Amino acid sequence: MQRVGDSPAVRRLLVAAAVLLAALFLLLPLVAIFAQAFSQGVGVFWANVSDNYTLAAIGLTLFIAAMTIPVCLVFGVALAWLVTRFQFPGRRLLQTLIDIPFAVSPVVAGLVYLLLYGRNGWVGGWLDAQDIQLMFAWPGILMVTVFVTSPFVARELIPLMQAQGSREEEAAVTLGAPGWTIFRRVTLPNIRWALLYGVILTNARAVGEFGAVSVVSGAIRGETMTLPLHLEQLYQDYNAVGAFSSAALLALIALFTLAAKAGLEWRIARQEVSP
Amino acid sequence: MSIRLTDIAKHYGRAGRALEPVSLEIAEGELVGLLGPSGSGKTTLLRIIAGLEAPDRAPAGRILFGDRDVTDVHVRDRRIGFVFQHYALFRHMTVFDNVAFGLTVLPRRERPSSGEIRARVHRLLEMVQLEHFASRYPAQLSGGQQQRVSLARALALRPDVLLLDEPFGALDAKVRQELRRWLRQLHDELGFTSLFVTHDQEEALEVSDRVAVMSHGRIEQIDTPDALYRTPANRFVFEFLGDVNHLEGEVRNGVLTCGEAHLAVALPDGPEELLLRPHEVRLAQAPTPEARLPVTVTAISPVGAEVRVEIAADWLVEPWLATLRHADYERLELRRGQRLFVIPRRWHRFSADATQQRQPAAA
Repeated sequence: MQRVGDSPAVRRLLVAAAVLLAALFLLLPLVAIFAQAFSQGVGVFWANVSDNYTLAAIGLTLFIAAMTIPVCLVFGVALAWLVTRFQFPGRRLLQTLIDIPFAVSPVVAGLVYLLLYGRNGWVGGWLDAQDIQLMFAWPGILMVTVFVTSPFVARELIPLMQAQGSREEEAAVTLGAPGWTIFRRVTLPNIRWALLYGVILTNARAVGEFGAVSVVSGAIRGETMTLPLHLEQLYQDYNAVGAFSSAALLALIALFTLAAKAGLEWRIARQEVSP
Repeated sequence: MSIRLTDIAKHYGRAGRALEPVSLEIAEGELVGLLGPSGSGKTTLLRIIAGLEAPDRAPAGRILFGDRDVTDVHVRDRRIGFVFQHYALFRHMTVFDNVAFGLTVLPRRERPSSGEIRARVHRLLEMVQLEHFASRYPAQLSGGQQQRVSLARALALRPDVLLLDEPFGALDAKVRQELRRWLRQLHDELGFTSLFVTHDQEEALEVSDRVAVMSHGRIEQIDTPDALYRTPANRFVFEFLGDVNHLEGEVRNGVLTCGEAHLAVALPDGPEELLLRPHEVRLAQAPTPEARLPVTVTAISPVGAEVRVEIAADWLVEPWLATLRHADYERLELRRGQRLFVIPRRWHRFSADATQQRQPAAA
């Protein structure tokens, strides 16, 4: 008796195809990045990485990511809580709206923000009169990054909180617990892993975002260049080794994120076996 | 503490009425079962009493615990114990922490010292016979054990009122039986007032002092189990509290006719429906002058205290169920396909104005 598609030939073919594709499209580029970055030796790599502009770009990228995460965290938890714990008209619509940042091209998002908050924009004109500049400065970059990454935490939490239901919270309230205590001692421990997972995804996207950021950044070297923008600029300037050095840094951050995610998944799997 | 409800109603937006205006009085220390099929509003009523759901504003119903009007009091200040059908234990806490939760979230002024909390939790765990499981997590316990933890947790704050939502619904029959008896014992020992929801008639009738039978958001009847069974207020209660056999036919000159079946009844002419409990169906080899109801045995189940016999006939819309004593079963030498006659011991009938009449057939 054989199950459908279980013949050895088919299996070998499929495995080979998967391995080949993974190597070609995933592993090879990663190897190429590091090969290019170190093609003229560690010294040149180091010189490129410790370049002032590069350091500024790294600083801005990490700063934006560090600011984005708490905003998305609070927003995501509040949204997931609202959508899964309350019944109200427009709940379904809200759940669809959450996905807008996923559905819209980041470049379009950047343009919309520019249109709204730029000097000639609807809100931007008034802000300009108050001497507040959002676009072509770090607040603009932060705004579009938050827009692009806002669904991650909520998307991770909503299915989980839906599956868990509100029974435990109801039990807590019948035992006299105040709202904040319920959140801290009952809700949060139940969603902590999904929350961390959402944060990791948010971080990965915040660090790597290019399209939306490039529209609103203004590309001022040393001031509003994030690492992906800096990389692009170096490449345009025919500094291949410099570009790949920055790419190697981004790849390292990505690898670190993946490792964190894998570690988390391993912990969750272990937790489910024995809590 | 007594519970008094007046005109409590609830409707959900488009879904319509979940609860017609309901009034209910439960005496201090009483154990009352809310019994009904799913969708009858029993859980909604329980959750409203707990404060987990708000009753409709109009009509303005009231909920009183003793003399205290709790209609507008938040759940957390109602001082109730609530036991959920699926236990709702905090899955990331040990059994000990689950039971201690209510004590640890008390405002600092009222909170007992940690030593006292520990002592109280251990007493509670002893009471539910789980003192050796204090450091386990809920997932490591069986369903029955989890429900006992949940009960201990609900009792930790010494509530005056204990509300249980299908407490044994998710457990298997044997554990259910055991927990039922044990709940009754606990209730008698601690003397709290309890109200529990169930869809299992046997459970409701066995455990409760009084049972409220609900359907379509209304309380059809509230009475002691004995009174409910003997004098059901209406047809719904009668049918819900056990198996029922239907006999539909036309009465003419004191004889009910249904196909080839005849039964002498003292009723006026017209269409009629009589109801019989399985134990009111007697099987015999020959008809009597008053009753000639030929049937065929289609299935026999001799398991348990009684023999359950399924009988069918052309004149019956649905097969009937008869329960016999084992002695009668052996005497009749029953086998499948055998043709016999039904002699009703007695029958019931509910007229449109809901009053019940019953009449023993001439035996």
